[in-house]
Amino acid sequence: MFSNLSDRLDGVFKTLRGHGKITEANVKDALKQVRRALLEADVNYKVVKSFLEDVQTESMGDKVLQSVTPGQQMIKIIYDKMVDLLGGQHRPVRFAKSPQPTIWMVVGLQGSGKTTTCGKLALHFKKAGRNPHMIAADLQRPAAIEQLKTLGQQVGVDVHTGTGNPVDVAINGVKTATDAGADLIILDTAGRLHIDDQLMGEVSSVKEKVEPTETIFVADALTGQDAVTSASSFAERVGIDGVIFTKIDGDARGGAALSVVKATGVPILFVGTGEKLDGLEPFHPDRMVSRILGMGDVVSLVEKAQENFDEENAAALEDKLRKAQFDFEDFYEQLQQLKKMGPLESVLGMIPGVGKQLKGMQVDERAQGRMEAMILSMTPYERRHPEVLNGSRRMRIAKGSGNTIQDVNRLLKQFQMMKKMIKQMSKGGMKGMPKMQFPF
Amino acid sequence: MREFFGRLKRGLTKTKQRFGTELQETLNQGVPLDDELFEEIETILISADCGVEVAEELSVKVRERCEREGVSKSTDVLERIKAEMVEFLVANRAAPVDNTTPPDVVLFVGVNGVGKTTSIGKIGSHYHEAGETVVFAAADTFRAAAGEQLEIWAERVGARIVRSTHGGDPAAVAFDAVKAAHSRGTQHVLIDTAGRLQSKSNLMAELSKIGRSVNKAIGDHGGHLRCLLVMDATTGQNGLLQAMEFTKAINVNGIVLTKLDGTAKGGIVLAIAHQLQIPVEWIGVGETAADLQSFEPAEFVQALFE
Repeated sequence: MFSNLSDRLDGVFKTLRGHGKITEANVKDALKQVRRALLEADVNYKVVKSFLEDVQTESMGDKVLQSVTPGQQMIKIIYDKMVDLLGGQHRPVRFAKSPQPTIWMVVGLQGSGKTTTCGKLALHFKKAGRNPHMIAADLQRPAAIEQLKTLGQQVGVDVHTGTGNPVDVAINGVKTATDAGADLIILDTAGRLHIDDQLMGEVSSVKEKVEPTETIFVADALTGQDAVTSASSFAERVGIDGVIFTKIDGDARGGAALSVVKATGVPILFVGTGEKLDGLEPFHPDRMVSRILGMGDVVSLVEKAQENFDEENAAALEDKLRKAQFDFEDFYEQLQQLKKMGPLESVLGMIPGVGKQLKGMQVDERAQGRMEAMILSMTPYERRHPEVLNGSRRMRIAKGSGNTIQDVNRLLKQFQMMKKMIKQMSKGGMKGMPKMQFPF
Repeated sequence: MREFFGRLKRGLTKTKQRFGTELQETLNQGVPLDDELFEEIETILISADCGVEVAEELSVKVRERCEREGVSKSTDVLERIKAEMVEFLVANRAAPVDNTTPPDVVLFVGVNGVGKTTSIGKIGSHYHEAGETVVFAAADTFRAAAGEQLEIWAERVGARIVRSTHGGDPAAVAFDAVKAAHSRGTQHVLIDTAGRLQSKSNLMAELSKIGRSVNKAIGDHGGHLRCLLVMDATTGQNGLLQAMEFTKAINVNGIVLTKLDGTAKGGIVLAIAHQLQIPVEWIGVGETAADLQSFEPAEFVQALFE
């Protein structure tokens, strides 16, 4: 359903091959595709419009029109412009000058993840050596106070509560927390639908009385066209200094990020990934842009690989490769490494270009399981010396692992191919393989 | 009935401003029925989260209808838009619920923060007011204080509740609730589950497991499992992916669309009906229990424009 931008543009420009020069009309055609891709990524339509006007001016330049790969050139312009837009505002989160305690007030719509984000902030900065306290000033939602208390227990942070008026709860909370030696106070407020004037008034009066160091707006990555409306009304009514973008671990494109930044002009401070309390990460504009454009997320893939990468094993493997001693034990090891990176589908989805082709296609994880079973049905000697695998040994492996002899043969063939490829790689340069190309 | 319609209209004020007023203004200017007009209609539909595909298709259909019916004035286009919208939605109406075998077991699923627990509370209150018996199952054992939140609702509504400890097995809670309904003769079992993003395959598998457990509990004692996907009306195009992925894990019978009052949108209703053929069963247009209403396409479209 959502094909990525580079494929779309390639399609437009492919039909032009043989026409010689690209014209302005062609660029307009391409921009239509860009518009569609951005709208599908939930970027607000007004933001799309003004953004495309900028891109158009630049795309009409000679650089694109005379380029051999106009599609790639255009994507580069779009990509750079977006990174500028998202990253231009970037700054670290602010603290008050000591001995004043820092106060962060967390605001946002219902269900955007405010309370969870408070817990995440508390854990993150507790680990960084601060002494955070939390205040539960959400007196609206049933059990919101309970939720913050439970989070406080999990993180090991004091939570101050109260009843009656949220303004009083906030003021008293700040006082008690400061007396208790807190240097960071995180204030959870009631979630609201932005049209609710009364609740908006309540939040602004809390803000007036408490005078937070940062007022942080929590935005949901799943939000559609409405992101602009809600963010700007919070910016107008309450005033916000920064944004935390949550639920980014889902598969939403997150065009709302662009809408929110463009509409309010405030930076994104963090992104929330996952429900676990350690799921809070710094914001990377370039990754966000790749995501919005559906270009895959190479950096996250590399990081994920690094996370699960065992240096020692890698060194040993490299050594073996050099001596061309790659055997089934190494092959098995590689399979395990791959498994640690998570479901194969999500790993593949992060590779640019691959994502689209695999969308909707089920990767057969069981095939990997069968491979493992076959390898484990070999004797250690066979694993280290695959060349001894004759007909009767193969038959035994097939029976032992519940597969057919054809499966075993296929595995051996794959193994041989992999070995050959590795040999070439270790000799330097990959023969017969096209040069790796970046999307633009 | 009047009161009911009034609530719907009030709740949809925001949506109306975008869909209705903006569209009406354009059309009332008496512009010619040209490409520009239909492009404008398309843009308004997109801005209401209908999605590019639906917006394009709808605008093409409206244009065809206008040509077929010989419409020449832009002021007459509005009626055609309404008619096409209703057609879009009616094609995917909910089948009447089979009530022959109580209990009616409803599993509420959805991503985080869409309002599952609140919807259960409100739907429970509907049933309670109709004089029917309800048991809640707090199978969201993950989120801090989710059980407490449902318990507060149970007290308000006068429903029974089955709970377990934080971090307990959700499938077991669902199983126990169905069993409890059997022994007490309760008519409705409403099961709350933890919010999960559809991209988390292990959590989706857990959902299938809850479904299996419920079916096992229903067994020979009678009962009927339905699954409602709860969705936030402010959700953008990811809503379609959500519905698709949840359908893979468990058979989704209908959709509860929440927070329609807080948003200027509502177009996602069209996108869902069109692309997924899953009917919208309930829509939430306000804070109170009475603001959660069963979804009627014709009334909904009418309320958008009035």
